[in-house]
Amino acid sequence: MQKDLNWREFLITRLIKFSGYSAIIFVSMIFFFLLKEGLPALSEVPLGDLFSTRWYPIESYYGILPLISGSILVTVGAGIIAVPFGIGVAIYLAEIAPRWLRNMLKPLVELLGGLPSVVLGFLGILILSPTLRVTLDLPTGLTALSGALLLGGIAIPTVVSISEDALDAVPKSYRDAALALGATRWQTIWRVTLPAARSGVLTAVMLGVGRSIGETMTVMMVTGNAPILAKGLGDLFSPVRTMTATIAAEMGEVANASTHYHVLFFIGLVLFLISLAVNMTASAIVFRQKKRAERVLS
Amino acid sequence: MNKFFTKNRDLTQKLGFSLLTLMTLMTILPIIATVIYIIVQGAPAISWTFISDFPREGMREGGIIPAIIGTFYLTLGTAIFSVPLGIAAAIYLSEYAPENKATRLIRLAIINLAGIPSVVYGLFGLGLFVLFLNFGTSILAASLTLSIMTLPVIISTTEEALRAVPQSFRTVSISLGGTRWQTIRKTVLPQALPGIITGVILGLERAAGETAPILFTGAAFFLPRLPHSPFDATMALPYHLFVISTQVPEMPIKIQYGTALVLLVFVIGMNALATFVRGRARAKRQW
Repeated sequence: MQKDLNWREFLITRLIKFSGYSAIIFVSMIFFFLLKEGLPALSEVPLGDLFSTRWYPIESYYGILPLISGSILVTVGAGIIAVPFGIGVAIYLAEIAPRWLRNMLKPLVELLGGLPSVVLGFLGILILSPTLRVTLDLPTGLTALSGALLLGGIAIPTVVSISEDALDAVPKSYRDAALALGATRWQTIWRVTLPAARSGVLTAVMLGVGRSIGETMTVMMVTGNAPILAKGLGDLFSPVRTMTATIAAEMGEVANASTHYHVLFFIGLVLFLISLAVNMTASAIVFRQKKRAERVLS
Repeated sequence: MNKFFTKNRDLTQKLGFSLLTLMTLMTILPIIATVIYIIVQGAPAISWTFISDFPREGMREGGIIPAIIGTFYLTLGTAIFSVPLGIAAAIYLSEYAPENKATRLIRLAIINLAGIPSVVYGLFGLGLFVLFLNFGTSILAASLTLSIMTLPVIISTTEEALRAVPQSFRTVSISLGGTRWQTIRKTVLPQALPGIITGVILGLERAAGETAPILFTGAAFFLPRLPHSPFDATMALPYHLFVISTQVPEMPIKIQYGTALVLLVFVIGMNALATFVRGRARAKRQW
């Protein structure tokens, strides 16, 4: 009986430990498959052609610069919206709103994060794009701007949620000290609370922006999908095509193991590496902050 | 300038607070408006035929039952793979893992897993499940792809729920002669259950609404019958909404809004359920 119990305990412990390591296994497997299917692109397409400005796969033009610039443009646009609004709402919820209002509004903002991106894309096509076309007098409403606006909306909940947690975690004694010294609540927020929570807020911004780069369905539906090289913020008013949308739109129609197939996986590899870099940096910030906090407290 | 602001610091505060309130309103109101708008526009489309019939006339008439059932299958399939694995991984991190480099690596992997773009999951699923393991475009391949995507959500929320159980509960169980696993199964898990359920629902909610990961792993444009086995492709609500709003010309707007509403009800319903479970558990908590 006792022996039986030991065996079961041993087996279960092993299983649990294996599951614990599963995340590492999956990340490695994803990396491996992207390398396996994406790297052949480098030998099939000369590097100069891959990093050129013309994307027209039917005639074997595989220049991915327009796609990268499209992703950057839409993401920067989204950031311009999501960063001030995200942080602003977080400050309002954490520092200004009464507790009951915060408890009501925060789930609402998080609901926005839970809305399927295809629903936002759908509304983008039917409502946002026509409105933008008419008000800005553009030839088409399916532009980088529509994508940026919707992506901003998608990134806001991430920024709000994480920054609000960070602001909330600032010890009350910090605020009390500032207020006791005669600062107004507004001064306390800007000179004490926000600087104290800055690493959490920075993480929030990075993760929010990171999510925008990877967003697929919304941008595919509303940005017009024209692979034209974007050169500046002025191109917000013309159609663009992002890396994610290209993969989603074209992968269904390519032959397995063709050059086009390999190039699409290569774009996936670039996206994977970008998200890896963003997340590594974000967690490094958190880790460093934790160490500093431990030093201060001890 | 600075002096002006110092002198008028009460005014500054008033202006600042108003600005932030305005920003919050500008964020919250569109969310509420969006949800209400879809309900108002979609409600007329909802009928028994719409939720129980197959699409007809090139999807311009009839219902969306294959998409509803498909999303249900995909969510169920995702749950089968990701829930046991995710909870086990969370148990490891919360109850077993030592504070060392390996554990830090696991945590880093989880953070990265959570940040990988959904379309990259689609590529991975295509490469591994559809082609390499030869599952074909199928419910199985799509569910497995969604499971891996959902895993980080389930792991982090479950771990949080497990860690919230006070250490004294474990100490008592072990001092009564329980083994580590017995302690976890009979004491820690039951106490953390509501938190775990909340996390699982939130993870699955995300899976149910995703389109990009299933695009090339299991989603079908149109099927005249329901899938018979896990190796069949399936229609799914989010993909169906994408199809009828971009790929089908002269699609009646009513059906589009109706589909959006059904998807929204699915997602918000799960969200509400999660909030309810969490709220009830907080009220009944023993510590």
